[in-house]
Amino acid sequence: MDDAKAKSFSPFGNNEALTSESNTTETLRNAAKYRDRRKLHDYFIADMDTHHFETGSWNEIIEFVEDPILRAEALSFKRKPDSRLGTVLYHANGNMFSQSVGGRIPHSNLSPGEPRDDTSVHPDVVPLRRAMDSFGIDRMILFPNALLQVGTHPNVKVETNLAFAYAKFLTEVVLPGDPRLKTMALLPFNDPDACERMIEMYGDHPSIIGFTVTSVRFSPVQDNKYMRIYRMLEERGLPLSFHAGFNWQDGYLGQLDRFITMHAISFVLCNMVHMANWVIHGLGERFPKLPVVWIESGLAYIPFMMQRLDNEYLMRQSEAPLLKKLPSEYIRDMYFCCQPMERTNMKLLEATFEAINAETQLLFSSDWPHWDFDAPSIITDLPFLSETGKRNILGENARRIYRKL
Amino acid sequence: MTDIYVDDAANMKHGDRRLLTDGRLEIGVFRIGDAFHAFLNSCPHQGGPVCQGKVMPKVEEFLSPEQKSIRMDFSTNEFHLVCPWHGYEFKFETGTHPGASDVRIRNFPTKVVEGKVYVSV
Repeated sequence: MDDAKAKSFSPFGNNEALTSESNTTETLRNAAKYRDRRKLHDYFIADMDTHHFETGSWNEIIEFVEDPILRAEALSFKRKPDSRLGTVLYHANGNMFSQSVGGRIPHSNLSPGEPRDDTSVHPDVVPLRRAMDSFGIDRMILFPNALLQVGTHPNVKVETNLAFAYAKFLTEVVLPGDPRLKTMALLPFNDPDACERMIEMYGDHPSIIGFTVTSVRFSPVQDNKYMRIYRMLEERGLPLSFHAGFNWQDGYLGQLDRFITMHAISFVLCNMVHMANWVIHGLGERFPKLPVVWIESGLAYIPFMMQRLDNEYLMRQSEAPLLKKLPSEYIRDMYFCCQPMERTNMKLLEATFEAINAETQLLFSSDWPHWDFDAPSIITDLPFLSETGKRNILGENARRIYRKL
Repeated sequence: MTDIYVDDAANMKHGDRRLLTDGRLEIGVFRIGDAFHAFLNSCPHQGGPVCQGKVMPKVEEFLSPEQKSIRMDFSTNEFHLVCPWHGYEFKFETGTHPGASDVRIRNFPTKVVEGKVYVSV
């Protein structure tokens, strides 16, 4: 036996599995090794979709609710010990959060028990900083979790009040904690007047780089009531994003009784519906300078949409009279966040990259800390992508589109 | 190949692990039943710390003779190592994914000599 070599091995990690109480730095230790090995600090990396655990700070957020009746109602729930979220404002999808695969993926529960040692910033900032440092990320764009479903709340006032309360909480409490943190504020899309007020209030805020429609909703994007909103964003040079989510309450998706199938379809279907309406109703013609970004639906659906819409458009042009080119060409003008990037067939992925002009249209996003997150290595390890393409996707495309990044 | 002493077999019960590193290579050694299995702490998916994931019994689904789904249950004798980053599962015996045998973690030989567990690196 080689005693000298044998003695050089020592224990690590306390001989235990990682848990939801583990420090993000420890959970992402392998990502930090990769960061150093691949010299990721030489890249500008913008993570265009990371998730902030807003339900962990729910009791602080509801203090920012403008409507005194809703605020009082929410605060009355705050005192109930058995109320997970401490609010009546919150209804969508109940407690059916199965992201951790029965506890197999501990960080997907957003590490509520993780120690927060830096008291100079809000506790929510601490794990986000650890993630940015571990991945080598230069900008991190925050989105909520449960609030992605707020567009289905039966009371429109709830969506409006929560959108404003969350924007205020992020800009006043969380984002000041680290200059790398930014967000795309939620538009209360069921209340167009409030959307306009939101853009006027936050359009010039340095930490709000654009605005988001949460895609889980039943609000056709071609409705005339939204045209002023799109014009306001286009005039201000602020991108509009559509952030996907799941909806197990929808009857059609309710047939999918396992989380894997519901998630696989639901996160794509909502954006497919909005994209189809956006393209066929000629919104690309009406607002040609408005950057439109599709978030968290992966990439595999895009070639499907291109082929499907082109094929039917050629037979039914009269139903899309505003179009001056093929639907796929309007889709190619759009921008896409890559996560969760389907990588089980490299030939199909390469074809998808070509179809969407990925080198100029694709934006890196991690979706950290969710169960299907992607590290920057998914881009840097691609065998068919040029070095310029890698740099563009990891951050330069985003820097070109988002003037406040 | 070098034999690295891991622990005395008697100190490790079913499901226990020992995590060892020389500062570069990270290895996890697991006891499953009476067998010892050793893997590199890097998942083939995205490089996650697979050896710091949970040991879980394999999930099985049982069908009736008419092919009706009767129930799902945990296996009593087959176990998987689950990568904590994304949930990829691997069989201890082979280090392969149960549904894709070409997806595998690197394994290392182990042996027990006079009650002491070694991994060969």
